[in-house]
Amino acid sequence: MAIEFRKKPGIVAYLTAGDPDLATTRDIALAAIDNGADVIELGVPFSDPLADGPVIQRASERAVARGVRLTDVLDLAKELRAARPAAGLVLFSYLNPVVRMGMKRFCARAAETGADGVLLTDMIVEEAGEYLAEMKVNGLAPIFLAAPTSPDARLKAIAGVSQGFVYAISRVGITGTQQRVAGDASELVSRLRQFTKLPIAVGFGISNAAHVRAVGEFADAAIIGSALVALIEKSPAEEAATAIGQFIAGLRA
Amino acid sequence: MSASSTTGATATVAGRFGAYGGRYVPETLMAALEELEHAYSVAQKDAAFQAELDDLLHHYCGRPTPLYFAKRLTEQMGGAKIYLKREDLLHTGAHKINNALGQGLLARRMGKQRIIAETGAGQHGVATATVCALLGLECVVYMGEEDMRRQELNVYRMRLLGAEVRGVSAGSATLKDAINEAMRDWVTNVRTTYYILGSALGAHPYPTMVRDFHRVISREARAQMLEQEGKLPTAVVACVGGGSNAIGAFYEFLPDTNVQLIGVEAGGRGTALGEHAARFQKVGGGLPGVLQGTYSYVLQNDAGQVSSTHSVSAGLDYASVGPEHAMLHDSGRASYVSCSDDDALKATVTLSRTEGILPALESAHAVAEAIRLAPTMAKTDVLMVNLSGRGDKDMGILARELDLKGSESVKG
Repeated sequence: MAIEFRKKPGIVAYLTAGDPDLATTRDIALAAIDNGADVIELGVPFSDPLADGPVIQRASERAVARGVRLTDVLDLAKELRAARPAAGLVLFSYLNPVVRMGMKRFCARAAETGADGVLLTDMIVEEAGEYLAEMKVNGLAPIFLAAPTSPDARLKAIAGVSQGFVYAISRVGITGTQQRVAGDASELVSRLRQFTKLPIAVGFGISNAAHVRAVGEFADAAIIGSALVALIEKSPAEEAATAIGQFIAGLRA
Repeated sequence: MSASSTTGATATVAGRFGAYGGRYVPETLMAALEELEHAYSVAQKDAAFQAELDDLLHHYCGRPTPLYFAKRLTEQMGGAKIYLKREDLLHTGAHKINNALGQGLLARRMGKQRIIAETGAGQHGVATATVCALLGLECVVYMGEEDMRRQELNVYRMRLLGAEVRGVSAGSATLKDAINEAMRDWVTNVRTTYYILGSALGAHPYPTMVRDFHRVISREARAQMLEQEGKLPTAVVACVGGGSNAIGAFYEFLPDTNVQLIGVEAGGRGTALGEHAARFQKVGGGLPGVLQGTYSYVLQNDAGQVSSTHSVSAGLDYASVGPEHAMLHDSGRASYVSCSDDDALKATVTLSRTEGILPALESAHAVAEAIRLAPTMAKTDVLMVNLSGRGDKDMGILARELDLKGSESVKG
């Protein structure tokens, strides 16, 4: 139970929890792990996902409309941990549901589920004092985002407080919608390498085997999000796990 | 629950208003926010920048705006003297031009040629489109489709001024959703684009900067009040959506602790979540939280999902509120009440017929509170209402909501 990329490049699979429903998300996550995903990022649906593109935004809207709550996502994490003890498991959320639960309580409950780490999309290092303290108390890895627009001083601070891996955003913009892995990404990864020995995972717009191969040239892992969520969106619920399993299996082809 | 126990911030961090404010944004925006903070702090101290802003506020926008004694309304209410700070007389018809002009000049100074903005009632969009035309900048305005329907006239005005208006159909298709889309655009085009945020909210430095561009309202009003009445007002009343006109009207009175500051939120149709935009009312569902870059009061359910809102006025229809208001609320320096859709509509009719002044529906919320309050006060008391904008834009709504047959009557 740790974040570890056994094959190169590693695969991180993002799923919006509760889309189309929590039981199906569990099956999809298990299929993703069994077909080669090293880490599952379990996304807490939020009403205002302003860093996400239309695909994940729609998934979030559907899950919120179904009444999926942070507590449900924590329960799901616990189930996944019990079913696949060796997989990496990261909780992914916007801040407000966490603030509503209370930072201290959230971190304690995240640890109880057996999750390895937490990524909060709209938490920057300057505001993270209490968050980092609670993560430490609970033995959880705080994962921060690094952007192509982050100057070196910010990358240093981000690398300094991250654990597990650093999430390098492949280009400026929202999730989804990219044809090619931009040159921004390799430059960002090489700048980050100056400051950390942690694995570096690249996300935003990674949607096929060619992208994963390209990312593997310069980074440790590829993060797939919108492509999975789009596939789930167009698959009947009972076929979604199989479809995602096949998709993940094909990413290192 | 304070930010320091919730999010790890302390009151000494730049951009904090007590526990509130801060920066809660995707990392991609941080470099832009730091660049903006730096550019703004340099511009603030630059006499040439301030002189150009002052000159345009005077000759282009029409400042200072009058402080008008509403004699007939006062007589009808039979209590405190009611004064109106006439921001409705500004170019483009609302206080929003103060901030759009200030930020537009800042954007040009920073070398940004592309401007984005969001708008609820359209007044900020019109102000931004106007400033972009004046300064020769490209302009894209995001607006909820529900608001586009409610404020058709302002959509047309923006297009006439050369702006591209992009409709947003997500969520409740109102201001909150327009801000989400504007932030998505900014995240994507951050290297070339300046985001003129329209209220005193969002991540630092926006709440401070927007307040600074609007504090001219209270600076003028304070001096005018001393000149015209020989004393400060008993109370200052302003409507509060995001809170920009209110913070502008309150700010210079903050040290005058005998001046009551009263913010009026949209009470909408009722107290159930989704039926109003009253973030500070105890029964309403507003609690401290993080929305769109700042820590403040947010209308939300018990799972932390942001609630939809309702107001007859598109400009007050927002689930959060500027963080400085959150601080003023908690400290008690300002008090916040709410006014229903119906009372705002009635106040629109009353002010139109007593003074010949047609207020924006937003401002009518403040007028309604003054109408409620004035009769309870002594004739020696003075109420100042910030009339943040004029009501021309609301004609379509008024025509639908009011059943006018010569004397006021509001559809129940």
